[in-house]
Amino acid sequence: MSLVLDVAAGAVGGGTSILYAALGETISERAGVINLGTEGCMLVGALTGYAVAAMTGNPWFGVVAGAGAGGALAALHAMLVIERKASQLASGLVMLFVGLGITSLFGGSFVSRTINAFTPIALPGLSKIPGLGKVLFDHDALTYLSFLMAPAIWWLLFRSRWGLLIRGAGERGEVLAAYGYSPKTIQYLAVVAGGALAGVGGAQLSTAYTNSWFEGMTAGRGFIAVALVIFAAWDPLKAIAGAYLFGAALALSPALQARGYALNQFALDALPYVITVLVLVVLSRKRLHAAPEGLIRTLANAPVR
Amino acid sequence: MRARRMMAAVGAAVALLGAACSSNTTAGTAAPTGSSGSTAAPGLGGTAVGFIFVGPKNDYGYNQAAYDGSQAVKAAFPNLKVLTAENVPEDDNATRVMNSMVSQGAKIIFATSYGHLNPAEQVAAAHPDVVVVQQGNIITGTVAPKNMGTYFGTVYEPVYLAGIAAGKATKTNKLGYVYAFPISQSIDNIDAFELGAQSVNPAAKTVVVNTSAWCDPGKQTLAANNLLSQGVDVITQHQDCTATIIKATEAAGKYSVGYHADASALAPKGWLTGSEWNWGPLYTDIVKTILAGNFTGSKYNANYRVGYKTGDNPFVQSKFGPSVTDETKTLMATAKANLAKADFSPFKGPVMDQSGSVIPGFEAGKVPDYATIENLTTFVQGIVGQIPKS
Repeated sequence: MSLVLDVAAGAVGGGTSILYAALGETISERAGVINLGTEGCMLVGALTGYAVAAMTGNPWFGVVAGAGAGGALAALHAMLVIERKASQLASGLVMLFVGLGITSLFGGSFVSRTINAFTPIALPGLSKIPGLGKVLFDHDALTYLSFLMAPAIWWLLFRSRWGLLIRGAGERGEVLAAYGYSPKTIQYLAVVAGGALAGVGGAQLSTAYTNSWFEGMTAGRGFIAVALVIFAAWDPLKAIAGAYLFGAALALSPALQARGYALNQFALDALPYVITVLVLVVLSRKRLHAAPEGLIRTLANAPVR
Repeated sequence: MRARRMMAAVGAAVALLGAACSSNTTAGTAAPTGSSGSTAAPGLGGTAVGFIFVGPKNDYGYNQAAYDGSQAVKAAFPNLKVLTAENVPEDDNATRVMNSMVSQGAKIIFATSYGHLNPAEQVAAAHPDVVVVQQGNIITGTVAPKNMGTYFGTVYEPVYLAGIAAGKATKTNKLGYVYAFPISQSIDNIDAFELGAQSVNPAAKTVVVNTSAWCDPGKQTLAANNLLSQGVDVITQHQDCTATIIKATEAAGKYSVGYHADASALAPKGWLTGSEWNWGPLYTDIVKTILAGNFTGSKYNANYRVGYKTGDNPFVQSKFGPSVTDETKTLMATAKANLAKADFSPFKGPVMDQSGSVIPGFEAGKVPDYATIENLTTFVQGIVGQIPKS
């Protein structure tokens, strides 16, 4: 396959776990809660997904369990920041370390287990499209699901009554309360949904993309997802482009090397993170206007606490 | 706060000075060594043996092998406590962990990762009564401190044999090698793999991809996919966790060569062979030497390398997969017998670099020693890919 197609296919395959986490974080931040522990949610999702797939023999059970585990960790975060008014940034980082610790505690025995993993399914017809077919339509079921998930979440946020409530909770909770809704409940649901999607992202990494569990295997993808949400201006559709851009940055180095190109390895390895920094520098001022008001208040208040 | 920070800085400076002084005396003359020789030999009188690992003890790879070795020591010396610490980073955290092991009664410490060398040297300098042995790196300079040594197997020898299996198995003449960082061990392995393949199949090329991480399954998947899409049909690796690449290769119906551990269960069809560790006997013998008071001046008080020539390589060949032919097995057996001979080496000259010129030290007819091979910094002819420049 050509270099471009290999990178593009790698971008979609490797970007999917990031996409799920970014979609989840979009919902959470739309409701006004930032979860820096997304990486931790991905890790517990990856381990739980792999473990349940190993025990039941069915990766779908693994994905559901992974979503549950990611959601449960996010629920802890929600309780701390919504109920106990803890700093969102501090609590998020705590969730990261909880996720790292728990998974390394319980993950050891699953390193050597094998599972019935999700395998790539070439979609009949579509996968025969020259170029595009290989890039988009020769993936695992969870990747196809993510194609549907992004527009579905866009519809949920911007076209449904639920979305109005979520965004309301993130902008001005008082208004929702005045209309008789509980902004707390809505925030809870949004944060848990966000963690559950991050858990699915982790499970995609372990049960589909890499077909293995290993300690710390998310390797910073959760943090890239959080940065991506700002890049995508809290829009699920733009998050697709962002996730694949980062996926492509990760895919570039092995693709070039396998063709014997001489290149500065370390510069290429830094590329995803350099892109993150550049995007934040260029866009953040403009993007901040697009941020939910509740989030702006959180970020503005953070250093004072 | 500020005062405390300053005290820490002063403390660090004193420690540095101390380290500098002690290395001067050891490297300098033999006289002070003789005078302090009247005190007890280093490593005696402890109640524990410490082991630090850079990764988790159950990684199906490098760290698990080292951990298994530590358990062999535990079984062989029931009177000694065996302290183990997993996930010890290759920085001053390692120094801290080793110091805490010393305070728990350890007089013998195994620092089992390549990057644990500097911390190990610091601990050895700070505790002259403690023996620190380091796995896989090289102490530079003429004389090792009398309570310090490094040890390793000649990993590239079984990798050379595996290269023969790969060279015979490939149909596309393209082999793939996924590695982490361009350290000397990896370069030796990659070169030996290609030389082994060439020895039976002159057309065989090895395509290399690095991941800049000892274990990042996501990057491993990308590396494997890219190699496979380039027509590579045998993949091997130098990674700490090996399952991802082997499963991806098996799923594509291609051949796997293992490293660190027997992973043949993950690739029932495509498994060819591999190399795996058996540290128990070597660890046990090192501890035995130290407890006998004989460490200083022994073979372990230096850069100790064992191989097929000495007959006790801790790095052994994994079992064969179903597709390996009798012809291949015979070729490998012959090569293995050759490796034990003094006038043979996978790197017996002439060895050419990628541009086709002879590598200095590897001229025609020369049989380089272990140290020369470990200092190799170039890929040999037949390897596709470049060593990343830092």
